[in-house]
Amino acid sequence: MSGPVIPKFGEGSSCVRGDHTFCPGWVRDHWNDTLGPALVQHIELTAIAVGIGFVLAFVLALVAHRLRVLEQPFGIFSALLYTIPSLALFQLLVPFTGLTVTTVEIALVSYTLVILFPNIVAGLRSAPPDVLEAARGMGLTQRQLLTRVELPMAVPAIIGGLRIAVVSTISIATIAAFLLPQGLGYPIFVALKEPTPFKTEIYSAGALAVGLAITCDLALVALRRVLVPWNRV
Amino acid sequence: MSSPAAAGVGATEPAKSGGGGSPGARAAQIRFEHVTKRYPGREQPAIADLTFEIPAGTFCVLVGPSGGGKTTALKLVNRLIPFDSGDITIDGRSVRDLPVVELRRGIGYVIQQVGLFPHMTVGENIATVPSLVGWDKARTRARTLELLELVGLETGDASRYPAQLSGGQRQRVGLARALAVNPPLLLMDEPFGALDPITRLRLQTELRRLHREVGKTVIFVTHDIDEAITMGDRIAILRQGGVLAQYDTPDAILAHPADEFVAQFIGEDRALRRLALRTLADVKLQPNVAEIEPQTRVPSSTTIRNAVSLMLENDTDALLVVDGDNVRGVFHLNDAGAILDAGAGT
Repeated sequence: MSGPVIPKFGEGSSCVRGDHTFCPGWVRDHWNDTLGPALVQHIELTAIAVGIGFVLAFVLALVAHRLRVLEQPFGIFSALLYTIPSLALFQLLVPFTGLTVTTVEIALVSYTLVILFPNIVAGLRSAPPDVLEAARGMGLTQRQLLTRVELPMAVPAIIGGLRIAVVSTISIATIAAFLLPQGLGYPIFVALKEPTPFKTEIYSAGALAVGLAITCDLALVALRRVLVPWNRV
Repeated sequence: MSSPAAAGVGATEPAKSGGGGSPGARAAQIRFEHVTKRYPGREQPAIADLTFEIPAGTFCVLVGPSGGGKTTALKLVNRLIPFDSGDITIDGRSVRDLPVVELRRGIGYVIQQVGLFPHMTVGENIATVPSLVGWDKARTRARTLELLELVGLETGDASRYPAQLSGGQRQRVGLARALAVNPPLLLMDEPFGALDPITRLRLQTELRRLHREVGKTVIFVTHDIDEAITMGDRIAILRQGGVLAQYDTPDAILAHPADEFVAQFIGEDRALRRLALRTLADVKLQPNVAEIEPQTRVPSSTTIRNAVSLMLENDTDALLVVDGDNVRGVFHLNDAGAILDAGAGT
């Protein structure tokens, strides 16, 4: 990856030299070498974390749904995990996995797991007793009950969990910059290291993170509308 | 799970036969033989040595106070609740002889809260069991439309979701769903208990009509003795501890309650209730004599109970029974008592 360009106050426009509140010219000039790549990396970090977290949470939730005794241990473990500040969790992992993407992803996956697991379990439990009784009374097998009733009825809760997981992962992923020159946190990190923090870079990277979060959230809302036509009426 | 023979108890119609749901389809004969059920940790059994037989095509109502085990008795039939001893047979075959999902797919099941799948349309709900037993799309579609009409819904309702329906409409869908593969037996657990009185009355009337049309065996649970009397061909009254207090036709139970418990349960106005079971069309009327023709006219479809009520209201002791312009005869207040004397079983 191309190294980030640290603004030199001796160069650039008067806006940049004067460190005005926001310099659109700088954003244009450094989209290709700084902001664009950072955005792509950020999307990658988030997608991998939410993807792995979702698969793990889904499997764990199915297990906990079938074996109810396991739900509490799973729940307590993931809640404890969530109490660890993300920056601290990164540092705790460094001795084992080093300054790598793996370290970052382990932390991010842990957080998505904490959010997604209880949501998916709650979703699987959301079928009311009368619906389950009718389903059994009609001769659905345990598996058919899961695939035809419990899973479809869990979709609203699962998407609700995904919305929180995606938005919070996008936010937490900015902290990855403490370990790696990756993601939208890195331009902010760099700008903060200037003798006087460079406002335009902080604002533009921050705005991209916010914009990304809002875009993903809206996409999930749209997905819910498509997948859950029955709950919209 | 989708073998073609899985459609019913024993051998329900093969999956490849046409539209399905032809009127006059088979009905099942049900026997309870010394069935006992105890819930763990309870001293009193829920069902105690229950033995009775429901002839094929009968509308049998299980009624009794709470704790009488009527819902338990119902759920023993489709094995939602396992029984401890004795046996239940459907057309002579033990319910324990079939794999449980296969048994249930061959028995219609309707519950008070309906239990429609909220994420499925009305059509998809109705198609639940057909899809489990492997009906093709065309057959399922045809059957769904047929059922919507049968239960008084519109074909356009097939694409609506349960949340868009009223309580009465939902229970109609529940009934259609239970009838989908034309099962020979229908279990109904207080199906109208959550409906307003007007909707309940309408659905009761329609269920009776439907029962006459499709002729299935129905086991219907209610705590409401009025509902039991209006709906049932036979009534089984269960008392605390799941003991069968009496099993007979409504008229026979009203005429000859087996004991004090039954007498109390059916109420002191049982003579009037018996009159409600008959209409003026069922009784022999006196010839009309022109000079003393009664002023009050009623159609022959009036129940005797309502006829007596009308006479009391109009301070008269005779009614002119008229269907359209056709005078059927005269009904006298004195005749009402004679009807009851004629005894049960008429």
